Amino acid sequence: MKVLVTVKRVVDYNVNVRVLSDNTGVDLNNVKMSINPFDEIAIEEAVRLKEAGKVEEVVVVSVGASNCQEQIRTALALGADRGILVETDEAVQPLGIAKCLKAVVDKEQPGLIITGKQAIDGDNSQTGQMLAALAGLSQATFASVLELGEDSATVTREVDGGLETISVKLPAIVTTDLRLNEPRYASLPNIMKAKKKPIDVMTPADLGVDVTPRVKTLKVMPPAARKAGVIVETVEELVDKLKNEAKVIS
Amino acid sequence: MSNLVVADHNNESIKASTLVAIAAAREIGGDVDVLVAGAGCAAAGEAASRIEGVNKVLVADNEVYAHQLAENLAELVVELAADYSHIVSSTSSSGKNFMPRVAALLDVAQISDISAVISEDTFERPIYAGNAIATVQTSDAKKVITVRGTAFDPVAAEGGSATVEAVDAVKDAGLSTWQKEEIVKLDRPELTAASIIISGGRGMQNGENFKLLESVADKLGAAIGASRAAVDAGFVPNDMQVGQTGKIVAPDLYIAVGISGAIQHLAGMKDSKVIVAINKDEDAPIFQVADYGLVADLFKAVPELDALL
Repeated sequence: MKVLVTVKRVVDYNVNVRVLSDNTGVDLNNVKMSINPFDEIAIEEAVRLKEAGKVEEVVVVSVGASNCQEQIRTALALGADRGILVETDEAVQPLGIAKCLKAVVDKEQPGLIITGKQAIDGDNSQTGQMLAALAGLSQATFASVLELGEDSATVTREVDGGLETISVKLPAIVTTDLRLNEPRYASLPNIMKAKKKPIDVMTPADLGVDVTPRVKTLKVMPPAARKAGVIVETVEELVDKLKNEAKVIS
Repeated sequence: MSNLVVADHNNESIKASTLVAIAAAREIGGDVDVLVAGAGCAAAGEAASRIEGVNKVLVADNEVYAHQLAENLAELVVELAADYSHIVSSTSSSGKNFMPRVAALLDVAQISDISAVISEDTFERPIYAGNAIATVQTSDAKKVITVRGTAFDPVAAEGGSATVEAVDAVKDAGLSTWQKEEIVKLDRPELTAASIIISGGRGMQNGENFKLLESVADKLGAAIGASRAAVDAGFVPNDMQVGQTGKIVAPDLYIAVGISGAIQHLAGMKDSKVIVAINKDEDAPIFQVADYGLVADLFKAVPELDALL
């Protein structure tokens, strides 16, 4: 079986994001970029399936500008076999990304597609589900356990209030939640080996996909700032303030 | 304009998140209809008809809609969508699951997790874990929207008298089957509905120590939460996680114990009315957002707090 894994190039999760003073967006100049953390979990899951002998090939795909090759290369160093970049300078939105991925799925015919549950830049949590709808495939979102069978996969999902287990027909789209696995680090020999692995580059037009944005960002503002309050010295003082000043406990 | 709000429910009652989604739909304007899709969900349909400001309740009661499997529910909503300008749901685990599917099948963008309605096509939504608020305008004729559970005051659950209509459409994509669930039964309120929350972080050191918080929570009628660090360390299950990748909460009182205050955590709780931080590291970022900070060893301070309540 072949597994397709999607990766997005995003601002590293450790970066403290700043809104630009002209309110057109956030400052991405000289900011560290990384693979979206949930996509790292997706890569790890696919590579583990390969190591367990359940999967023959792991293909990693990204949609974005040419510098997304850095993130594809990282995924190759983590154990993916080859990469695909759908290259565009357009700031592609989830629906456009899902359409590009659908075209890639049609070409590659993977048995399983693993995506992150959300990207930590737009926080949309849409692409995997949209891809599933466009490709007419089953979906198991927010996965914390994935058991791959011959024709189906059993997936435990993180839902409000607990866990839910469903069975999905293959090919299926699985989106990763935090507890699915703990991603490895790339070793130096694997980083060197990854340089020789192939990356196929194509454009949305090559795939016959229109990625024109449907949503316009009118402005981006910093959130309302919260002022730091007071430091209390004792637990007694804290309880007194909560009872008599804030009046949130009785 | 006309809104279809897809309800979160447990077949018996409508969840509070849906009352918030209805409030957002009313700000958008026009009629608000509610879809209750489930199996044996007549009681939830009746409950929906009593919600303030609802025009009509559509009840799709069929085995194929049990457990809100995304493939089937999305096809049902798409069939009903012709009559509506706005399809609205809450940003719950169900709404996040099926709504993007609805949007893709309608070939429209989804506006996720809105925190304010500016006009019928323009909305505010948090991005970058709430470190920025984007105002976005969609050019699609049909709008597919999920609503942040803490961003609008819920409408009243009683006081309405909507008509109830049965929907006969049976959509079975045959792609997935539900097997089981392990829903944690709590004597305490749910995190997203609690007016007081006490959360523990990495400073709790292990899962056993969360018992310290349980005693305080029981006295305050509070829910118990956790930071991602505490979940990652295996102290507590993921459904207790508050933050960008967990639950978004805004209680009257949020007590952060042994939580440093990573931006991912702040994203999930900084709209709380009053924030208390207990941490032995006086430089912890949590103190920058706390109304009341106590620099202390939590293993001394929490039992003291417990004794004083």
